[in-house]
Formats: sequence, C-alpha cells, structure tokens
Amino acid sequence: MSQSNRISGGQIDRSKTFRFTFDGHTYTGHPGDTLASALLANGVRLMGRSFKYHRPRGPISAGSEEPNALVHLRSGARQEPNTRATVAELFDGLEATSQNAWPSLKLDAMAINDRLNSFFTAGFYYKTFMWPAAFWEKVYEPIIRRAAGLGALSKEEDPDEYDKGFLHCDLLVIGAGPAGLMAALTAGRAGARVVLADEDFRMGGRLNAETHEVGGQAGADWAAGVVAELAAMSNVRLMTRTTIVGAFDHGIYSAVERVSDHLAVPMAGKPRQTLWRIYSKRAILAGGATERPIAFENNDRPGIMLAGALRAYANRWGVAAGDRVAVFTNNDDGLRTAKDLQAKGVDVAAVIDSREGGDLLPGIRHLQGTQVIDSSGGLGLKSVTVRLANGKTETISCTALGVSGGWNPNVNITSHHRSRPEWREDIAAFVPGTGGPAGLTAAGAANGALSTHGALLTGQAQAIAALTDLGLTAKAANLPKAEDAPIAISPLWYVHEGKGRAWIDQQNDVTVKDVKLAHKENFTSVEHLKRYTTLGMATDQGKTGNVLGIAVMAELTGQSIPATGTTIYRPPYTPVAMGTLAGRSRGKEFKPFRLTPSHKWAAEQGAIFVEVGNWLRTQWVPKPGETTWRESVDREVLATRRLVGICDVTTLGKIDIQGTDAGAFLDKVYANTFSTLAVGKCRYGLMLREDGMVFDDGTTARMGEHEFVMTTTTANAVTVFRHLEYCRQCLWPDMDVQIISTTEAWAQFSVAGPNARKLLQKIVDQDISDAAFPYMGAGNITVQGLRGRLFRISFSGELAYEIAVPTRYGDAMIRKLMEAGAEFDAIVYGTEALGVMRIEKGHVAGGELNGQSTALNMGLGKMVSKKKDSIGMVLSQREGMNQPDGYRLVGVKPVDPKATISAGSHFMEIGAPVELASDGGWLTSKVYSPHLGSDIALGYLKAGDQKIGRRMRAVNFLTKTDTEVEIVSPHFFDPEGERLRG
Amino acid sequence: MDKAWKALTGLGHETAETVEIGPYRIVERFDVALASLAVRRGQDKGFQAAAKKLGVPLPGAARHEAGKVFSAFWTTPEMWLVEADFATHEDIVSALKPGFAETASITEQTDAWVRFDVSGAGLVALFERLTNLDLATLPDGFASRTVIEHLGVYLIRHSATLVTLYGPRSSAQGLLHALEVTVKSVL
Repeated sequence: MSQSNRISGGQIDRSKTFRFTFDGHTYTGHPGDTLASALLANGVRLMGRSFKYHRPRGPISAGSEEPNALVHLRSGARQEPNTRATVAELFDGLEATSQNAWPSLKLDAMAINDRLNSFFTAGFYYKTFMWPAAFWEKVYEPIIRRAAGLGALSKEEDPDEYDKGFLHCDLLVIGAGPAGLMAALTAGRAGARVVLADEDFRMGGRLNAETHEVGGQAGADWAAGVVAELAAMSNVRLMTRTTIVGAFDHGIYSAVERVSDHLAVPMAGKPRQTLWRIYSKRAILAGGATERPIAFENNDRPGIMLAGALRAYANRWGVAAGDRVAVFTNNDDGLRTAKDLQAKGVDVAAVIDSREGGDLLPGIRHLQGTQVIDSSGGLGLKSVTVRLANGKTETISCTALGVSGGWNPNVNITSHHRSRPEWREDIAAFVPGTGGPAGLTAAGAANGALSTHGALLTGQAQAIAALTDLGLTAKAANLPKAEDAPIAISPLWYVHEGKGRAWIDQQNDVTVKDVKLAHKENFTSVEHLKRYTTLGMATDQGKTGNVLGIAVMAELTGQSIPATGTTIYRPPYTPVAMGTLAGRSRGKEFKPFRLTPSHKWAAEQGAIFVEVGNWLRTQWVPKPGETTWRESVDREVLATRRLVGICDVTTLGKIDIQGTDAGAFLDKVYANTFSTLAVGKCRYGLMLREDGMVFDDGTTARMGEHEFVMTTTTANAVTVFRHLEYCRQCLWPDMDVQIISTTEAWAQFSVAGPNARKLLQKIVDQDISDAAFPYMGAGNITVQGLRGRLFRISFSGELAYEIAVPTRYGDAMIRKLMEAGAEFDAIVYGTEALGVMRIEKGHVAGGELNGQSTALNMGLGKMVSKKKDSIGMVLSQREGMNQPDGYRLVGVKPVDPKATISAGSHFMEIGAPVELASDGGWLTSKVYSPHLGSDIALGYLKAGDQKIGRRMRAVNFLTKTDTEVEIVSPHFFDPEGERLRG
Repeated sequence: MDKAWKALTGLGHETAETVEIGPYRIVERFDVALASLAVRRGQDKGFQAAAKKLGVPLPGAARHEAGKVFSAFWTTPEMWLVEADFATHEDIVSALKPGFAETASITEQTDAWVRFDVSGAGLVALFERLTNLDLATLPDGFASRTVIEHLGVYLIRHSATLVTLYGPRSSAQGLLHALEVTVKSVL
C-alpha cells in the first residue's frame, strides 16, 4: 500500500524511506514519522481494539495522551506491550502488532462483548460472578482477564540494558514548547545551569504542529533556532526523548530518557533507556495542554480524533487522516484545524460548531449552533449525523472528524505532592493549584496560558522569577511576536441527544451511561467514580477523559466542576517499563560477587563455591574419585579432626575498636564483660538487641590497652558495624571510642586440628607453644617477616588458630599454609565441613541466631552479666523469656544411627497426635557427622535441658518423615574441650 | 616486603591493571598505603601537633589534601584516611603510631580498599551515571563517601580529568565492571 494519505509539507525526511510492518503487512514511512502518522499516511486507521467491548479503535491523539492506538512493538524478547503508536518513533524495520484482538484486528471474535454491552456496565463485576464464591478466583477472574485487557508480555528475559543517572541544575524546564523554550533561553542566557527535557524527539511542542508564526517566521523554525542557540550553551543540557515522570521531595524529579527506542536494537553497550534523577533548585512545568473530546454517540470510531491531532498530523507529518474531514468544536481552536486542512488542500466537509453566533469561517461550511449526534462506519468513520440549528438532522459524509472540547493544562506533575488543581472558568479547565512541589511553577499552556504569546510571556516571566529566587539575574528579552487569540470556549461536555453509548474514557470503555449509573448508585465522589467505573485508570491515566467524566458527574449532581473535584495525579506521568526502574540492578549486576583472598587458589583446586551473602566461599574441595559432596565433606571433617584443616574465614566481620573507653564500650554492647579482658587474650562475646534477643556473637581480642579487634558473623558484619556506630554516635557520644571495619583488610585463615600448632610454628616467627600462646591467646606476630595477627580460637572444637595477614598476601598465605602443611597432610575445608564441625561441637550459628532466641534459649544465659548494664540486659530478664519450660538448645540424634533426620522437623512426644498442639520445638541445624557415623542436629526444645536422654520424634510435615530421636547434649564432640586446649 | 610474599591486587593479578576505553583510562593503583587516623577524645592539641610534625595534612570536611610524604582525606568528623607510598610505608601504622602515640586511633586500611584512578576528558558524563555527586561543580580536592552500584566508595576529585575511587577490595571486579559498562554506555 502506498502512502495514499500523505500530503505536502511536514517535518519528515522524504529523501529516506523506512519499511515497517503492522500485523504482518508491510508499509513505508519516513524519518520523522511516528508509527501512528505512518500508518495514517498509509490509510490505516484501525490500530487496536478497546479494553472491554473490543470496539475497533484508531488513534485519537498525536501524543503521549493516547488511549487507543496501543500496540506490541518489536517481537521476541524485545516485544513491548501497550506502546503508544502516537509516540513510537518510526525506524527502518519496525515491527508492530495489534493487541487484545483474536483472530485478527479486523475480525475480532471478542467483539461479541460489544453486542452484550448491557451486561458489562460499570461495576458489573461487583454485581455478577458472586455465586458460588469459590468460582471467583479460579473461574470468573481468569475468564474476565482473558477477555479484557491490554497487551501481552513476551515472558522472555529482556535482552536490553537500562541505565540510571543523576543530574544537577539550577533550573529544570519540563517541556520544550514555546513556554519551555523561552524559559530555558532566558535562564540559559543568564548563565544558569539548565536542563530542558521534552518527551518528543523534536523540540518545539505545538509549534511543530501549528502554522503560527513566531517572530515573523514559522513557529517550528523559530523553535529550531532557539534550540540551536541553547545547544551552543555549555550551561544548558537539552534532553529530547525524555519524559519527566515524577516530582519528588527537595526539587528531585525523575526522568526517563529513551536512549535507543528509536533504533531497532540499541547500539552495543548503550542502554535502551536511562532513568535520571534530576536535582533541581527550581523547576518550571511547561508541559503544555491536552485537548479533550466531546462525548457523543459512537464517538469512538477510527477516524474520529482530537482536532488538534488531526491538525498536527497534517502540519507536522504531512498526513491527512481522511480524504474528507469534518470538525466538531466548542471553541476557536477547533476552527484552526479546518483552516489548516483546507489550506493543505484537504476536503473539509463542514465545521460543526456547538456555539451560536460569531464570525463564520470563510470558504468553509461552518455550521453554528450544531452538534454531532452520531456516527457510522464499522471499522472506520464513514459519516456523522448532525443536529442542525433548525432542529433537522443531516448526515455528512467524512472519513475523519476532528473534535475539540477545549484544552486541559497538563497539571499532573504539580499534583504529585497532592496539590489540587484549581478551576478556571474562562478556559473551562483546571490549572495548577497552590501547594505543589516546592520550587515548581508552571508556565504556558500548562498554566492556562493557551496562546503562543501567553506561552512565551509566562515562560520568560517564570524563568526570571525562578532565577531571581536563586539570586541570579536574568534579563527580559523582547518577546517575538506571536498569536494571542483567546480560545473563546463555550463548554460542551457531552451531547445529550441519543440513547447509545458516548465514550468518555476510551481506554477503559467508560461511557456517559457508566457515569450516570455510578451517580444513580451513589458513587458520586470522584474517587468512587474512578474505582467504580475505572475512569482514568490504565496506561493513559485518563489524560483525555478525566475532566470529561468529572464534568458529567458535576452536571448530574448539580455541583460545580471545581466542587466535584479531581482525583490525585501520581507518578509516573506516562508509563515506565519495569526494566527502566530496575536499571542495572538485576542479576549479578545487582549482587556482584565478593571474592575471598584465597579465591584464586581455591578455583585452581576445583573448589565448589557457595554464595554467602555476596561472598563466594569455598563450600568443599572435591578430590579425584569423589563422586558426591558428602564424600568430600566427610573427608574434610575427618582429616581436620585427625590431622589439620585450613579454612578461609576472611568473610567474618572484623572491626577495630580503639580509644580509652573501648573496654567500657564493649561492656555496654556485649552481654558479657570485656573491660577485664587481659591484653593478648580474646573472649567469646554475645551481643543482644534492645529487646533481649541475641543479635550476634563472635570473639573479641584485646590487642592493646585501648585496642580491640571484634569479629562478627559473616551475615551480620555490616549490621553489627552499623549498630556500633549508632551506639558510639547516638547513645554514648561522650565515650572515647573510634571504630573502623577491617573485614577486607586482613586475609584470615582458620588452621584447625591436632597438627595446627606444628604447621603454624613452621611459618610463624614467634613461639606459639601452649605455654607461650595459650588457649584464647591473641597477638600481633610476624609470619616469615610479614606482619600478621594470631588468635587461638576454635569453632571446630579442635586445637585451632586463626591467622591473619594483609589481604594482598592472602593468596600467598594459603599457598604457604598448604606447602608447610604438606608433611601433615593438611587439607582445605569448606563451609560444609565447617558447619559439620560446629554442630558436632554445639556452637550456634545462623539457624540458631534467628532473631527470636535468647541467650537462655541457647544455653548461654549465664553469659548475660547482671553486674553491669548492657544493651538488652534488662529486657532479657522479662518473665516470659525466663520460664523453665521455655526453649533450650539441645542435641538430637536418631535412635537408629542409619535413620535420617529431616532438617526443620518439629519435636513431638512419642504417641502424641501429629498436630500443632503436640509441637515441642524444632530442629534448627542438621548434618551428617562422619565422626559419630550418624545424622546429628541441634534444635530448640521446650524445657530441653530437662529432657536430655528422652526419646522423642522428629516430625516433618513437608518431607513427610517421622523419625525417633534421642535428645542429647548439644556438645556431641569433646564436651570437656580438652582438644582445643591441647 | 620479602620476595617470598607475592602480593595480588584487588583484581586478583600480580600487577595492577589498566583499562582504556575511548578517552577513559581506569588504572588500578596498588602502590598506596592507607591508614585511618582518628582523634582520641580530648587529645586535639597533641594530635594536631603530631600531625604537623609528621607532615600529615588534616583537610576539612569533604576535602583531600596532598602532602610530601603523607596525603589525607576527610572521612567523618575527626577521622581521616591517610595515604602514603606503599613502597616506603607498607607498614603505615608503624610509621604513624610513634608520632601520634595515644592522641590517635590508627588502623591499617591498605588492603581494605581497591583503588581505581579514572582519568580522561568527559568524567562528568561518566560519573553522572555512577554517583549522585555533582562532579561538574565540585572543586578539585573534593572527597566524599558515596555509593556506586550499591557499593560504598570514596570519591576524590583531583582535577576535571582525574578522579580516584576507593571501593571495597573484595568487590574490585564488581566495581570495575560497573565502571566499564558505564563507560561503554557513555561512549
């Protein structure tokens, strides 16, 4: 199909031709076209089906307010639903398909809904599908969702990248029409830092769509000249294809820049879109206005569009939306459409002007005091029926009708902080109210100045005012001469004649009848009206329909329109893809790995890694011939207990705590006492929350009189540090305490097992015999000349040390340890073996440190010192937390050593019914102990300390297992601690 | 250090890495020793005197100051990170501690961080996609903690064409990845 509706003029590059497809048919267009303009140029008016009734629909607008012409853009993983054809920039190879239609757009089976419309009135789903109630979720709702809706997701992973960024400016100008350009020019010339953002790919706003002259030249040319001047200013940033979607606190605005949407595929490395956070000192909303329709019977046929859009297609894109057009208006702006189209050689059948009196348009059939009362045409407009001033009707043949019911200033962003817009009778529209976002003012049509002169004047004035506020001086330049005609509106919201449906909100299929029904059923508040009828919902957020709906309701209630009020506009102004909000925060880019100092070495050994938070830790290191993880882990445990094992424990949090009050500080943050700890010693510490629950545990060493090194669990490294900062800065600011994290500064390795000392003594320069470096000793050492730290602590229950060197030498350290340990058959063990050994030893870890357990629960009640005050001490004494039948940490092993225990099982007495009332507690951690040759577990059992030796059952509802177990001490291995003190 | 101790950079290599993409150059710095330096309560006078004697600059809030041997940048009230040449000050704490004695709390921080020096024309375009700091208007010598792709980093603007980043060492590869993809996004 050729571009049969293409006419002369416009801002398209006819020297180049793009080929694109819509529903599989190939068409052509030009650079500068939108998908909608190109389809209209090719004579395609039918672009979609409506939400509820599946009525055939075409575009009614030429901008982002479009409710109807929504398509799937692109295909495969890049398919994007609900893309507005009116703003989709045409590119070569563009592929679009219609949505919400089956089997085809022209022959949509679901159009039966239109015949059954009496069943689908407002709120129908609140009244029907009520019985049986169980059918709603499984039967009714899925059917309704399939029958109604918008586009479909591809369900494939989005292959594109999304970026984010931060901009700063003195003045943000939102919209680059005449007001925005004048504001930016004024501020730019004054030297202010300006960001000028416009959602269109061409700046100029309505000047690109009009034939007005500005300063003696075509408006579009004047705009291009201003843009060129602004582009040359280093203090001005021009952002096309950028929509300001939200106003937030402190002058912050969010903006979506469509970096690559005008390309088939983003350029390599380039994001598809960028979400900008703009920090502005002042902002001017110059977002223009949106034309609104007049509702009349069957006013939704393809070919019926807003008069300003009809004019824009002709002037900007060189497209006549129909070969014979008519205009229905209640204001002078609508007359411009007729004049412009006639000047372009388009056959203008008539202007149906609802107003009476005034000048008649020369050379055009201008019917005053008339209204369109109906239209005809199956898949596109064929004619309109007009009620003439003399009472007779006339059918006027036309394939396009431009409707103008007046213009609504785009006040949305001024209402993002709940400011209510105010009504202006002279233009019959809402304008920004007071109390909008601080620092934001409005100019031009967005503020009700609907003439070009008004836009230029207010744009300049607001820029001067904003800069003056900032202490900058801006000069008022001579404004270019521009039209200043009043809109001369005589409000007409809907045509009262006719019994059929007259659409108010075309995206949600809300009609005048629906508003009347809502009124009849007492949903008269605008908030109720919205929810009951869905007026103003979905992708267009009622940009063309809201005020119309409010006006109809106002008429029905007898209230004024301002008294009826508006709903609240919220961000985003236009739809934003979820990928844009996520930016790069997805997948590994959201959670990049943290690597341990021994990672390179471990990878060389073929280690299996596990994610611990963002850390990648060695889980186990398989040896040749080992076919299951258990084989590897069992070997690592047994070898450590028999010989010596090495584990990278760098991930545990390390915090340097210094100052003359460091000891006293630790007494406050730990439940047990640290101020008495001798220099060169370390101690296990228990940290409580204010509510008395255990927060974290670890060992803290005293390296000097005023120097401590605290260790935390890996999981709580950050939260403990943050907690200490809070304590230091807010609770006890007078204490002399300085803290800093050293987690990453030191590569730390656990060396555990009977040969640990022998191994370390080979590389540590100082004497580390039991006498010189006893259990719980700590100190600065040198390792073959390198400064290091040594702590004699044990998590495994073995004779063990933790040795630390500066992180850069961590790789060398693991290699030295393995080399020195070769004669002792040293092995490296991972987190699995670590877990096995700590459970064998009865140490608490993540499963037990669950945020809802007390020291008493863990069998550590005596650690909470009553001799001093510490965080959590008082509340840990609450009566309810100290009952003798409360949970206590116990050990668990199956009666039959070959039986398995299921992690997460609940304790129940033998013979008790399997029900909640029998629940006696739960298993917190479970492993297979190669040392004991059976499963073992830790758990919290009610009065567990009184049940040692008792047989119970471990019941798991999920794995459907029921195992007879014996309750034992949690210390399965070396309960007297002889090995670790050896 | 003894040659027996082979060091690895934050990126896991024996030598520091340099990445050049378009006009941007990202240099991993492995030759700087770092220590935190904090004033102990009530010790201001002695602390200031020691700093002067040792030649440790104590710049004000959000500032970096270069010195002959030691440079420093402010991190939080009464606390700085002190920089020195690693080759001569590997054990930087031992170099500082005798001078400051009990007037300061000093902690080695050298390997807590990975340092990238990012240079080239157009740093503003790069960093406006990485951090909310307004690099275009910040003065030379500006230093601040900020966040880049969820990673807490220190940013120092030395000049319009040179910025230093200190990020967590264990996340060195993640931070470099963030820089690289952003550079490609800008170009």
